[in-house]
Amino acid sequence: MNETAVRVRGLRKRYGDVDAVNGVDLDIFRGEVFALLGPNGAGKSTTVEILEGHRRRTGGDVSVLGVDPGKPTREWRARLGIVLQTSNEQPELSVREIVRHFAGYYPRPRDVDEVIEAVGLTEKAGARLALLSGGQRRRVDVALGIVGGPELLFLDEPTTGFDPDARRQFWKLIEGLAHGGTTILLTTHYLDEAETLADRVGVIVGGRVVEVGSPMELGGRANATARVGWLGPQGRQSIETDSPTQVVAELSQKFDGEVPELTVARPTLEDVYLAMIGADR
Amino acid sequence: MTTPALPSTARIGLSRGALELKGYFRETSAVVFTLAMPVILMLIFGSIFKGEVGHTGVDFRQYFAAGIIASGIMSTTFVSLGVSIAQERDDGTLKRLYGTPMPKAAYFIGKTISALVLSLLETLLLFVLGNVLFGLKPPSTPERWLTFAWVFVAGVAVCTLLGIAISSVPRSGRGAAAVLNLPYLVLQFISGVYFTFGDLPSGVRQVGAIFPLKWMCQGLRSALLPDTLLAAEPAHAWEHGRTGLVLAAWGVAGLALCMTTFRWKRRRDG
Ligand SMILES: Nc1ncnc2c1ncn2[C@@H]1O[C@H](COP(=O)(O)OP(=O)(O)OP(=O)(O)O)[C@@H](O)[C@H]1O
Ligand SMILES: [Mg+2]
Repeated sequence: MNETAVRVRGLRKRYGDVDAVNGVDLDIFRGEVFALLGPNGAGKSTTVEILEGHRRRTGGDVSVLGVDPGKPTREWRARLGIVLQTSNEQPELSVREIVRHFAGYYPRPRDVDEVIEAVGLTEKAGARLALLSGGQRRRVDVALGIVGGPELLFLDEPTTGFDPDARRQFWKLIEGLAHGGTTILLTTHYLDEAETLADRVGVIVGGRVVEVGSPMELGGRANATARVGWLGPQGRQSIETDSPTQVVAELSQKFDGEVPELTVARPTLEDVYLAMIGADR
Repeated sequence: MTTPALPSTARIGLSRGALELKGYFRETSAVVFTLAMPVILMLIFGSIFKGEVGHTGVDFRQYFAAGIIASGIMSTTFVSLGVSIAQERDDGTLKRLYGTPMPKAAYFIGKTISALVLSLLETLLLFVLGNVLFGLKPPSTPERWLTFAWVFVAGVAVCTLLGIAISSVPRSGRGAAAVLNLPYLVLQFISGVYFTFGDLPSGVRQVGAIFPLKWMCQGLRSALLPDTLLAAEPAHAWEHGRTGLVLAAWGVAGLALCMTTFRWKRRRDG
């Protein structure tokens, strides 16, 4: 599992006089699900689109499946799946027509109906794209990204516009792909999504990667102390502790049973993320 | 792990052609603006125009019919392609395709196939109308059929290349129709579609003769109309050699432009 699918060193991208990406290092291992988090304008799409061969980099070394994305070949493209952040085209075609057509580009495409099923569009398979809702349209994008049976899948904010149920369904799809060995790089603004799907998370701020780690470890989350809170005689009280279970047991004895308004909390991924990007809380 | 072969460019090109045509016919506005427009113009002007071209015995409406067939070819290739490609660049179709293993050539093969099919259809439509309404006759000899065929094919090829090339000019998909229709309209007036070419002032004729439409019109007249018309042609000859040369030159220029200026991305895509 230590083979790298994506290797990035010192990646830079300049637009005019703005450094949108400013020295990004990244390793994504084969079979891994890697989530890129970061505020709007942090440089996520720019980074991902450079890896996809859509944008030229200003500097740095990049290898994607052993190939420099600045020199794309058909063979290399056949091993990738791409879901761009925005797309909105071919309104006159039906879901099945467009998925079948794109399948024809690949040497070893997946079964068209199976792909449509996987993105939950079976009932809409005959409908023209113009008549789909925003979330359904987005699922077509995902279908077109996976129909070639990619080794490496790029997903730029794939679930934007999905209803909660569709998002869960999408998570299952991604878990299934990951289980089958597909390497996945996704960007998202949903921390629960990153937490559920990603083996590792990278946080990018102002064109730089500020931290990489598993969702559980990020920002020292795993070692963070827990905060136990309750309603005491003088009002709300709380203490930080490394052994919350013991504290609760003691409190329970003190109150002789139920502790009023008991809470035990560890920092959520959102807490550490917001601290990391320097947001005020 | 053995890698299965990538699907051939020809196969993907054909499937793109089929997809293009399917999408085209489902989009009513495209059909109206490119396919139906020349038909409508033919009906309107055909009912206004009358008389003979000079003293050649050729009905001006037949002269006009040959011109509108050439202009129809330009509509289904140059205008239609230029607009559709500019829109596809704008809405991200091109960017998505660029990210797949589709060979670049297959995209252009698809466009060419659809342009060719639409041009054939348009020509047939206009010819049948011209025949029923103005008594336009099919080419009278095998030589004239041959002329008709090569002028048609060269016209489609040149206008297709120029349509692909000019698609990179409009800044957005929405502005594309305006950018493409301007040269199309102007050329129709100075190439011998609505007016007898020989009646135009010589300065206008010289400008018209720089561009392909004039030569396509003249080539089609030489295939469809009798030689008595030569009396009214400024050169008093059909000039097939020169027609071939001008169209070939535009073809080469168009191809070079396509290869050097074609963009798969929007300007803002970095
Ligand atoms: N083509 C471009 N020309 C100029 N500047 C650009 C271009 N594309 C992106 N930028 C700038 O680069 C920065 C990074 O943009 P990018 O799209 O990579 O951000 P992002 O992390 O994907 O944001 P979001 O979460 O909003 O999608 C932004 O400041 C953006 O304005
Ligand atoms: Mg983005």
